[in-house]
Amino acid sequence: MERVVIVGGSVAGVTAVETLREDGFAGELVLINGENHAGYDRPPLSKHVLSGRMQCSDVALRPLDFNLQHRVDHRLGVRATGLDLDRRIVLLDGGEHVRFDALLIATGVRARPLAGQPAWRGIHTLRTLDDALKLRTDLLNASRVVVVGAGFLGSEVAATARKLGLHVTLIDAFAVPMLRQLGREVGTAVLKTHGEHGVEMRACRMVRDFEERDGRVVGVTLDDGEHLAADVVVVAIGALPNTEWLVGSGIDADDGVVCDEYCRAANGVYAAGDVARWFHPGLGASLRIEHRMHATEQGMAAAKNLLGKQVPFAPLPYFWTDFYDVKIQVFGRIAANDAMKVLAGEIGASSFAAAYHRGGVITAVIGWNASRKLRSLAPLVGERVDALAPATISAA
Amino acid sequence: MIKIHVDEHKCVGAGQCVMAAPLVFDQRDEDGVVVLLQDHAEKDLEPGVRKAAKLCPALAIRVEET
Repeated sequence: MERVVIVGGSVAGVTAVETLREDGFAGELVLINGENHAGYDRPPLSKHVLSGRMQCSDVALRPLDFNLQHRVDHRLGVRATGLDLDRRIVLLDGGEHVRFDALLIATGVRARPLAGQPAWRGIHTLRTLDDALKLRTDLLNASRVVVVGAGFLGSEVAATARKLGLHVTLIDAFAVPMLRQLGREVGTAVLKTHGEHGVEMRACRMVRDFEERDGRVVGVTLDDGEHLAADVVVVAIGALPNTEWLVGSGIDADDGVVCDEYCRAANGVYAAGDVARWFHPGLGASLRIEHRMHATEQGMAAAKNLLGKQVPFAPLPYFWTDFYDVKIQVFGRIAANDAMKVLAGEIGASSFAAAYHRGGVITAVIGWNASRKLRSLAPLVGERVDALAPATISAA
Repeated sequence: MIKIHVDEHKCVGAGQCVMAAPLVFDQRDEDGVVVLLQDHAEKDLEPGVRKAAKLCPALAIRVEET
């Protein structure tokens, strides 16, 4: 194997580069990075970058000499436009192509826009560093912001905007924030927290229309007819995997690049990170996970398998979100309608921990300002629900 | 022997470092922020520390070769 091509220069791609070199791959490494910046960390974008506490240089994933150290041919600002599996080449947007012996697809996701979302000034999505800098500039000159979507990203943006002193209205299609991700009980606690910090919530609402003046947004109308004035509108309703460049290539893309348990999409072709939909052998399900730690772990796993390790990828998923003075952390996978058992504190208090379970098996553990406690609970995921007996918990 | 640096301001309290190298890292009770139990690691602890630095989702751990 002479050349490995990695498409995508963010966490999964950069981690794969490192892993390939550490595990002894001595051939050529080409990193196709469609962004304008070398890999950077995304979680701070909606928090410290937006608030101004962190600068661009603070979010760089690796030092400046990374490409030199790892002997990477880094094609910055170059997009992959197609894949020819027979000829083993990736087509690039300048008309060039690059041949590969093995390929790692790590093209990530992009922000999902609202249907009919206008391209006016003041209307934002947040995915890239440039998105965050543009949004920050707009927020600094705004007094009223409407955030559409009260999931993790929307809640973080709302909290940062409050910190910047803006009037914030948060709109969500469901009755409580993060309903599908965390369930009704925790969602109700999130709702209460937003209220305590002065955010106006509009639950079970959607945006029906946008209003503009001179090409700049000035407000939105909700589906119940309510009008909200806004200098800035942030749309945070999820993300879409970047798989269009694979259409017609023979790679199966169905809400992500479909992979087996080795993160393999085809012979010599692997995928990792937000874009990868792989079969989790422990959970017996096809998953696509858009979380920071996952991109690291899968970048490592896919790189090892690409080199012939053949280790099934079966991580314990982990994510966190920070808004105001709240940190929520979860190990495991929460599904809609999982039952819940509180293990420490109480829901709605300043700190608590709980387990989710389904069919007698613990599916996830959650901590609300309970980092240290949660770590001790993480091994419970996958155990029988009987493990939640009080004696076991206090010993955990 | 390696020297370990942690950035408390970047730390998000994921606890991955403690799972990877429990003799080197701990977390503060109140907010889960990393606590360095020893700022140097001998050979036998190095793999765990390197794993911790790699897994840290906040890039808060830096390993210096000494």
